[in-house]
This record gives sequence, C-alpha cells and structure tokens, in this order.
Amino acid sequence: MGPEVVRDLSFSVDAQSFQFLSGPSGAGKTTLLRLMLLSLKPTRGIIKMFGRDAASLDKDAITALRRRIGVVFQDFRLLDHLTTYENVALPLRVMGRGEASYRAEVVELLKWVGLGERMNALPPVLSGGEKQRAAIARALIVRPELLLADEPTGNVDPGLARRLLRLFIELHKSGTAVVIATHDIALMDQFADARRLVISDGRLQIFDREEW
Amino acid sequence: MRRGAEDEASAGLKRDMPLVPASSIAGRALVIVIAIMTFLSCLTAGGAMLVASASDGWRSEISREITIQIKPDLGQDVDAEVEQAAAAARGSPGVASVQVFSKKDSERLLEPWLGAGLDLSELPIPRLIVVKMQEHVAPDLGALRSALASKAPGASLDDHRLWLSRLDTMADAVVVFALALFLLMIFAMMLAIGFATRGAMAGNREIIEVLHFVGAADSYISRQFQGHFLRLGLRGGLLGGAAAALFFLGATALSTWWTDSPGGEEIVALFGAFALGVKGYVAIFAVAVAIGVLTAIISRVIVFRHLRRLL
Repeated sequence: MGPEVVRDLSFSVDAQSFQFLSGPSGAGKTTLLRLMLLSLKPTRGIIKMFGRDAASLDKDAITALRRRIGVVFQDFRLLDHLTTYENVALPLRVMGRGEASYRAEVVELLKWVGLGERMNALPPVLSGGEKQRAAIARALIVRPELLLADEPTGNVDPGLARRLLRLFIELHKSGTAVVIATHDIALMDQFADARRLVISDGRLQIFDREEW
Repeated sequence: MRRGAEDEASAGLKRDMPLVPASSIAGRALVIVIAIMTFLSCLTAGGAMLVASASDGWRSEISREITIQIKPDLGQDVDAEVEQAAAAARGSPGVASVQVFSKKDSERLLEPWLGAGLDLSELPIPRLIVVKMQEHVAPDLGALRSALASKAPGASLDDHRLWLSRLDTMADAVVVFALALFLLMIFAMMLAIGFATRGAMAGNREIIEVLHFVGAADSYISRQFQGHFLRLGLRGGLLGGAAAALFFLGATALSTWWTDSPGGEEIVALFGAFALGVKGYVAIFAVAVAIGVLTAIISRVIVFRHLRRLL
C-alpha cells in the first residue's frame, strides 16, 4: 500500500472559523485538503463533513456536499477551452442555473478580483496571478460554507496577496469557514487571529492564537 | 459603471461552449467506423429482406403449381393417358389452367443437360402436365389424386412439397445467417464505441475532475459526453444508411437494365427483381437512427461506469 502520507490526525473545522494549514512542501497539506474535499478516501479513520460520516454518503450526497465547498487548487485547474467568465460561472452552470440568472454576479465578482477586462480571455493567455484570481473567483461564486484554498497566493505579488487575504477574511466574516494551505509565514502573520494547523512528518499540531 | 455600459461589457459572454470540447474526442474516425458498420448492417438486413421476399415469391408460385408425370410404358398409349390425366385435372375443383407438354416439349426440357440435336424419340421420356391452381383457393389434392388414379393410373402427382420445404429451410438459413451477421456487426460497433468513449474519458480526465470538484453530478457529466456521442452516432449511422440505400437503388437500376440479358432473366427468376421496396428503405433509415441512439446509450453506460469508480 505504500507509506502513509498523513496519519493520526484529529481535528475539526468549526463553522465560520479561519485557519491556516501549514507545513513544509510534501508534508501532506494537499492530501489533507483532498481528504476534506472527499476526493480521497482515508485508509483508516473517519471523516465527517457538515456532520455527516463521509463513508456513509452515496455519490449524490457527496455531490451535494461539494456544492457547499469552494476549492482553490494550487495548479488553478482552469479549463483551457472556456473563457475566464465561463470558468468562474462553471459551478453555477453545473447546478443548472440559467446563464441570464448568474451573469451579473459573475461579472461583478470578476471585476472585484480585477479581471473585468479579461472576461473573454482563455486561460492560456492569462498570467499566473490572473489564473489564481480566476480560480479564487470560481471557488467564491457559490458563496460556499467552507473554502479550501491550496497556496492561493503562491503566484501573486505581495500587494495582491494582501488583497486576496482580505477577501478571504471578508468571506470568513460573512459566514464561510476558511482553510488556507500555505507555507508563507508572512501571509499567516497578517492574520494573527487565525488558528494554525501545522503538518510535519505526517502528523498534525494545532496552534491557537495564544500559542505562538 | 452605468447599466447600459454593463450590458455592453457583458454582451457576447455566452458562447454555449460545450464543457467537453468536441476536438478532444476522436470524432471523425468513430463516424467513419459507425458509417461502415451501418452500411454493412443495412446491406445484410436488406439482403435478408430480399431473400425472404424472393422465397415468398417462389413459394407462392410453386405452391400454386402441380406437376402430373406420366411415365411411358410398353404397350401403353401414352398420348391417350396424357389426355385423360389432363381431363381429370381440368375437372378438379380449384384448377385455374392445365398445360400439357407435348413429346417435343418434354424432349426440349432435357436439352440443357443432353444438348440439342440428339434423337430422343427412343428414350422413355416422361410426359408432363403442369396444373396451375387458382390463387387464394386451397387445392384439393386428394380429389385430384383419386381422379387420376381412376382415369390415368400411370400418372403420378408432384405437389413439390419436398422442394418447397427445402426452399423454406434454405431461405430461413440465409435469413438466420444474415441476422447473426447483423448482430455480430452491431456487437463490433459497440466495442468500437466503447473504446472511443474510454479514450474520450481518458483524454478529458482533467475536465471530469474539475467538474466533480465544482459539484457536477455524474448524470450531468455523462450528459456532456452522451450528447456528443449521439451526434457522432447519428452522423455515422445516417451516412452509412444513405450509402446502403444508394447501393440498393443502384443495384435495382442495374438489375432492371440486366433483365433483358439471358443471364439477367435467370437471376430475376431465382431472386426476383432486385427491389427493396418502401419497407426496406424504411428499415434502413430505422437501423441508421437506432445505431445513433445505441451509440449514445453505450457511451452513457461506459461514462457512468467510469464515474462510479471515481469519488
């Protein structure tokens, strides 16, 4: 079966909470996020999402849970044959909403993240930072209850990184639980109130504000 | 920004771009494979229909015809016996016509085997009487046999039942073989569609993963592929069906032109006129459409099976 990437993790993400998931590269941050997104099954242990045991969920239930989660991938995962607008609107499109019903909010969000002039561009012509913002917009468009972001500021300049962090904090204040995987200490220091989950050697340590 | 400018900025955003790009699926090759398989399937089905219809034609012609055979015997007045047998036949219920073959006619019947110009007068060649029965009237062979037994005891009656049953068996065998061939081709086509679908899934793995992550249901994802494969299947099916229809039309025209030749007459006598009829062309169209629908169904099943394995 191979070595365990992460083991003996026990933690909870409370509603409307904010935490950074930190650790060196290869520590298992992405794996943990994928477990939380239910795209990986644990070899042992229990995962409960929104109070439901993931092992007991059928495919339809998993799909319904995923619609409550926004995810930002480290490698963006934009679809190259769709425009920026279409990529951001994708979660609403797969839910069955008509284009006329969501056009205004997608356009507004794209302008908010600074992609108002790039709505019709295809991902291959976007810069790394623009792709990152498009991926973030796609995760936010459904107003998720839980946001999982894997290195969301990895490809942007410090100024934009601060703006994006403020966006995540606003989201958190409006009721979304946020988990940001990052190894950027400077970013974490900008929001000292956040809990820090540190993965090292496959194990998790939890630090609340008072502890660092 | 003012509303009008907003509308202008957002106009033209909707492109109705399919989530699974058409170029990611080996469409052209699959269309050609489906077209070829459809063409062959329609040829098989059409051929089976022609054989079935020809055999119906033979059956109705042969079953309406009875042959009375009088073998010449020493000291027997064959001509008188032939006349009496013909009279007995004419007097039987259900008889439409009676044709007596003269001695010369009987000898001429042997020419294809014995050649022309031979003196066959010394050979005891049986004399034949061809009796045609009325259409839609069941022949009373028992009564005819009784009449022959009393008036022409040397005569024998051949209702061609043995030949008919062999004909039935042969025609049924051809139809069954054609059906087996048809099913084999459909199966081969299903395999090709299966391969193409799996290839499409593999080539679009990233798109499928992203769709999963943003909350697309398996049924939604499979619909993206299903629609595409339905279009490919219909395109291939209609191409193949059209080619098959053109083939049969051309063959009909050719057989009509060919009928005038001696060989052509034999072929028409054996297979009937090479004409599929409206039913045949409707069947070809139905096969083409059914293949398109089958393509979509198979791809949907395979996509679902693949998605079930994903979380």
